[in-house]
Amino acid sequence: MAKASRLAFGEALARLGGEHPEVVVLDADLSKSTMTDLFARKYPERFFDLGIAEGNMVGVAAGMALAGKVPFCCSFACFVAGRFEQIRMSVGYNRANVRIVGTHAGIGIGEDGYSQMATEDIACMRSIPNMAVVQPADAVETERAVEYLVRHRGPVFLRLTRQKLEDVNPPDYRFEFGRGVILKEGGDVTLLATGGVVWEALKAAEALAARGFAARVVNIHTIKPLDEDVILDSLRRTRGIVTVEDHGIHGGMGSAVAEAAAQAGAGFVRRIGVRDFAESGDPAGLYRKYGLSAEHIVAEAEKLLR
Amino acid sequence: MDIPRLKAIARELRVDVIRMLAEAGSGHPGGSLSAADIVTVLFFHKMRHRPAEPDWPDRDRFVLSKGHCVPILYAALAKTGYFPSEELLTLRKLNSRLQGHPDRVRFPYVEAATGSLGQGLSLALGMALALRLDKRPSRVYCMISDGESESGQVWEAALAAPKFKTDNLTVFLDYNKVQLSGHVKNIMDLDPLPEKWRAFRWHVLEIDGHDMAAIGDALREAEATTGRPTVIVAHTVKGKGVSFMEDKWEWHGKAPNREEAERAVQELLAHPV
Repeated sequence: MAKASRLAFGEALARLGGEHPEVVVLDADLSKSTMTDLFARKYPERFFDLGIAEGNMVGVAAGMALAGKVPFCCSFACFVAGRFEQIRMSVGYNRANVRIVGTHAGIGIGEDGYSQMATEDIACMRSIPNMAVVQPADAVETERAVEYLVRHRGPVFLRLTRQKLEDVNPPDYRFEFGRGVILKEGGDVTLLATGGVVWEALKAAEALAARGFAARVVNIHTIKPLDEDVILDSLRRTRGIVTVEDHGIHGGMGSAVAEAAAQAGAGFVRRIGVRDFAESGDPAGLYRKYGLSAEHIVAEAEKLLR
Repeated sequence: MDIPRLKAIARELRVDVIRMLAEAGSGHPGGSLSAADIVTVLFFHKMRHRPAEPDWPDRDRFVLSKGHCVPILYAALAKTGYFPSEELLTLRKLNSRLQGHPDRVRFPYVEAATGSLGQGLSLALGMALALRLDKRPSRVYCMISDGESESGQVWEAALAAPKFKTDNLTVFLDYNKVQLSGHVKNIMDLDPLPEKWRAFRWHVLEIDGHDMAAIGDALREAEATTGRPTVIVAHTVKGKGVSFMEDKWEWHGKAPNREEAERAVQELLAHPV
C-alpha cells in the first residue's frame, strides 16, 4: 500500500525505540512532518526538539554520538543537509555515529516550492569521507533500512520523501546495505533509479516493453557506498544505463554511477535529474515539467537504443 | 588547592607551547597562552580523568571549541601522562597525531575534533545530555573564544542548554579581547557579554582568568549550581606571560622564530610563580 517513506521511518523508529535504549532522536520543530513525533510520544526522555536551529542540532547529535548514543538527527533534507559545514566537521571528521535524516527530499514535495526542496543534498553528503547515503524506494525498504541503520557503525545520511510511494518491493523484502536490487531483468537497457522515482522507472520499463525493448530495472537504495558490481554488470549485459533521481543533475546518484562507469572505461550512462531551481506545483506536473516522469525515462532510454 | 604547584605547571605548559610552535613554524600562541591557567586548573585540579584509561566512561569531558589553541591542550595532556612529551615537537608535521587543530580519530585523547569555530558548544551540550541520560556523574567543560562568539551557532547552543537544564555543563569564555585581525571590539563588538548570557538564562560568573584561586572558586560554584548551565566569563590577556605577545593581534596566529622563542622562554622562566 502506498505510504510516504517519512511515515514508514517514523513508525519504524517508534517500534525500534524500545529494544534500542541507545537510540535518541533530535528534531528542529518539524517532528509532526518528519514523523519523529511517533517516537517522541513513546520516549519523550529520548526526544530532543532543538527548535529551528539545525546547525546546533547537528552538533548536539554529534556530541551525543561521541558519548555513546545513536542519534537520529532529523529535519527536511534541504535544512539538515544544508548544514554542510557542521556535518563535515562535527559529524564526519569525528566519525560520529549519527544518522542525518532528511525528509521531504526532492521536487516531489510539490506545492511548497524550491526553498523546501532538497536537490543538492546527495551531492553534499556523499562528498564527505565515510558518510554513507541511503535512499529507500518504498515503505518496506524504509522500515528494513531503519532496522539496519540502528546497528550500522558510522555516519549516514538517510533521504526520505514527503509524498506517498508505491510499493516496489515484496513484503518479505530484505535490505542489504550497499547492494543494488534488481527489480526486473532485461537485456536491452538498464534503468538505475533511487528513491520514489524507482516506481517511475518501473512504469518506463513497461512502456519500453510495449515498444519491444527489455529494460533491466535496478533500485540503488545505497548511493554510497555504491554497488559498482551491479553497475558494471549492467553495462556488460545491456547497451547502457539511464539513471533516474529526484535530485539535481550534479553530484547525485547519476554522477556517482557515471564516475564508476568512466573509471572502468565501460559503456554509456545517461543521467536524468533536476536541471534548474524547481517551483511550486503538483508533484506529477512537476515531474513532467522537470523531466523525471516515465515518459522522459523512455525517451532517454530510446537515445541509447537507437 | 595547591596554587604554587598549579602556577608552576601553567608556566611549564606555556613554555611547552612556545617550544612546540617554534618547532612547527606555525600555529596560534596568543589564545593558547590566554587559556593556559584555566586549562591548568581543569586538568591538574578539577577534572576527574584517568590518563591510563582515556576512555573511562565516567570521566569529565573537556571540549576545546577554540580548536586553534590546541597546543595548550596537547601540552596539558602530555604532562598529565596521556602521551610522551617528546611527541609535542611533532606538532603540525606530516604523519603526526598532533594536527594543527584537534582530530579525535588520529589522537583519541581529545574529546572532539574542533577548529571550525562556533561548533564546540553544541558538541559539549550533546555530551552533557547523553551523559545525563546514562546517569553518569561526569561533567562537561567547554572552552569557547570571544571571536567565535560572533558565530550564530554559539547562540543557538546558548539558547538550547538552559531549556534542557544541563547543569553538568560549564563553559569557559576565554575573553582575551583579541582575534585574528584585530581587537574584538573593532571586528564585532560583543559587549555587554555577561548580560547576553544572563538574558539567555545561564548562571553567569565573571572572573580574572589568570587567577588560579578565582578559577577554582568559580568551578566549585558551577558544580553547586543546579537546574541550569554555568558560563564563566574569564577576562584574560591574549599572549599572557610573554610581554611582546600580550594583547597583540599579530600573535594570534604566528609562531615565534628561534630567537623570539628563546626570549619568550627566558621571560616565562624568569617570572616568579
